[in-house]
Amino acid sequence: MFGRQFFVDPSRCIGCEACVNACAECDNHRGESMIHLDFIDRRQTTATVPFVCMHCDDPTCAQVCPADAIKKTDDGIVQSSLKPRCIACSNCVLACPFGIPKVMVRQEQMMKCDMCYDRTSVGKKPMCATVCPSQALAYVSLEDITKGRREKPTNVFYFGKQKVTTKVYMMVPEALDAVSVDVVDYMWEEKA
Amino acid sequence: MKLWRDEFSIEAAHERYVARRQFGKFLVLTSFGMFVGNLWILVKSYLRKDEVFPRTLVARASDVAKGGVKLFTYPGPHDPCILFHTHSDRYVAYSQKCTHLSCAVIPAADGKRIECPCHHGFFSIDDGRVLQGPPPRPLPRILLEQRGDELWAFGVDLGNNPATDSGVRG
Repeated sequence: MFGRQFFVDPSRCIGCEACVNACAECDNHRGESMIHLDFIDRRQTTATVPFVCMHCDDPTCAQVCPADAIKKTDDGIVQSSLKPRCIACSNCVLACPFGIPKVMVRQEQMMKCDMCYDRTSVGKKPMCATVCPSQALAYVSLEDITKGRREKPTNVFYFGKQKVTTKVYMMVPEALDAVSVDVVDYMWEEKA
Repeated sequence: MKLWRDEFSIEAAHERYVARRQFGKFLVLTSFGMFVGNLWILVKSYLRKDEVFPRTLVARASDVAKGGVKLFTYPGPHDPCILFHTHSDRYVAYSQKCTHLSCAVIPAADGKRIECPCHHGFFSIDDGRVLQGPPPRPLPRILLEQRGDELWAFGVDLGNNPATDSGVRG
C-alpha cells in the first residue's frame, strides 16, 4: 500500500517488546497485543522473533472459518473477524500455519494483526514498524529494503505440502528462495 | 471454485449484501405469489367435479376366508388396496397406503384392527378411523357391493364424511 511493504527480519529482533507494547496501545484492542514475540529456543538462546500477520494471498484462517467471519480487503489485508459473525470456535487459531489469530475469550471473538488498517490505509506506518528500534519490523519500499540489507525478502512459504504466499515479506538468507517448514519432520521426535 | 466458496467469498469486495429495498421486494412478490396460488387452489376446488370411479370385480367372497385378506388395486393399477373378511362376517376394503407416510398397512394380530408397521399406527377395521399413532386421517375406504358371490368396488370414500355407512351395500 502506498508503495510500501511490510518486512519481518527475525535476525534483527532484539526482543525489546516495543512492538508488543505499541500494538497494545491501539484503541481498537487496548491492552491486548496482536504481536506474537516468540522465543525460538528459550533454553539455548535469548533470540526472539516477532510475528505479525503475514496476510496470505489465500488465507487459511478464512478458508476454515465456518461463520464466514474473516474477510480479505481489496488491498490484500486479512482483517480481524467480523464481530457479528465470529463464534470464537478457534478454527482459525488452529489452522493458521503462522499461529497468528488470537481468540479473545472475554469478548468471544477472534482478533489478529490487521497491519494497523486504520493507519496503513491512509499511508501511515503500522505502529510496530514505527517503534521497532532495530527495524526487525520494517514498513518501507521493496527497493529500500533490498538496497540496505544483506538478507533477501521472500513471501513464499512451504508448510509440508501447503504453499503459502503472503503479502508480508520475511527476510531470509540470500541462498534461500522460500521458507520451508516440513510439518511432519518438525513434529517428529528424534530417537535418542 | 466451489459454489459455496463463490457465495461466501473471502474477498470483502465480493460479498453481496441484501439491501432493505431488495428484501422488501422479495417479501411483497413472494406474498403476492402465495396469494395468487391460494386463489388458484380456491378456484380449482370450486370447479372440481366428482371423480367417476370404475366398477371393478375385486374378489369372490368365497375365496376370502373369515379373518383372511386379499390384496387388489383400485381404482388404478397403482393404488394398492386390501380386502378384509372380518370376524363379524363383513367384507370391508381400504386403501393399503397408510395416511401417515404411505406404508402398506396389514391386519393387526388381534384381527380387530389394521396396523401400519412402520410407525405403529392403528386403524379401526370397521370404518378405517385412526385408533392410535401418527396417521392424520382415516384410511380411504373402498366402497364395496356384493352381487351373489362377487364383490364389486364402485368408489372410494376418503373418510371426510363419517356419516356414510360402512361395510357392504346390497
